[in-house]
Amino acid sequence: MAEEKEKNKYSIIIPTYNERLNIALIVYLIFKHLRDVDFEIIVVDDGSPDGTQEIVKQLQDLYGEDRILLRARAKKLGLGTAYIHGLKHATGDFVVIMDADLSHHPKYLPSFIKKQLETNASIVTGTRYVKGGGVHGWNLMRKLTSRGANVLAHTLLWPGVSDLTGSFRLYKKSVLEDVICSCVSKGYVFQMEMIVRATRKGYHIEEVPITFVDRVFGTSKLGGSEIVEYLKGLVYLLLTT
Amino acid sequence: MKHVVKILSLVLAVSAIWITLLQAAIIPQSHTWLLPIYFVVSLGCYGLLMVGVGIMQFPTCPREAVLLNHDIAEAKDFLSTNGIDIGTY
Repeated sequence: MAEEKEKNKYSIIIPTYNERLNIALIVYLIFKHLRDVDFEIIVVDDGSPDGTQEIVKQLQDLYGEDRILLRARAKKLGLGTAYIHGLKHATGDFVVIMDADLSHHPKYLPSFIKKQLETNASIVTGTRYVKGGGVHGWNLMRKLTSRGANVLAHTLLWPGVSDLTGSFRLYKKSVLEDVICSCVSKGYVFQMEMIVRATRKGYHIEEVPITFVDRVFGTSKLGGSEIVEYLKGLVYLLLTT
Repeated sequence: MKHVVKILSLVLAVSAIWITLLQAAIIPQSHTWLLPIYFVVSLGCYGLLMVGVGIMQFPTCPREAVLLNHDIAEAKDFLSTNGIDIGTY
């Protein structure tokens, strides 16, 4: 197992937009929790006006330009294409995608890697809805929509994983390349489409518990238009997968 | 096979059983006619039950928020001593 660990390289793709402080914090935490692992961090910044790229350059000076790659784009072009962009520059055998806002804690990275090594899974996805996982910072309304969306998706799509819209995942690089080019959705639905398409293609998917701390209190990200988008996405996936 | 086809064939199979029951009249026809309504109602109940149970057992992690704040403080310390300009947030 130890040999295996030295062979593998992990590329962590983090899309950012105005995450000046968070990107610095998350880079520190990744280096803290992944000590004996060969990895690179690929920051895909969509032209943040707050100086995110300046901070990333300072972090490159501190940790090395081979460990932190800045692959910026000129303007906000969306999450899906950010992953594709980052993927083009990834040199690892495995790719981790995670959010920059610290709702995904890097301390779970070792459990993703361990799970992959134990099971040889193609995808390891973080789930909030099993023992050991959880969510902090959601009000009742947010919990209700989340559960409702989950029950609906499970009844209609039979996806085989418990957390469809989570975006903290580890992929074999070839698998991510295969799945991502057939995905066209945006936002929450994009994450769901990725995992549903992977399930349909028969890839081996494993789950690890993660906790999700929502630090953006007050601003509910799930409004009426998001719910409509979600329902449209469900129908789209029903018809195309 | 597209997933919608799978679900439609399931619906078709169930309808076929229902029509057979109607034809065979094993149970009184008046009951058989109501079966689809029972089916829809129980599907709705299942959905509501699952959402209800999901909310009651919603896993929360208030401790994680505290731990995260410790980690953030630690990271800020490290970054500022190493000359990363994280500003005053």
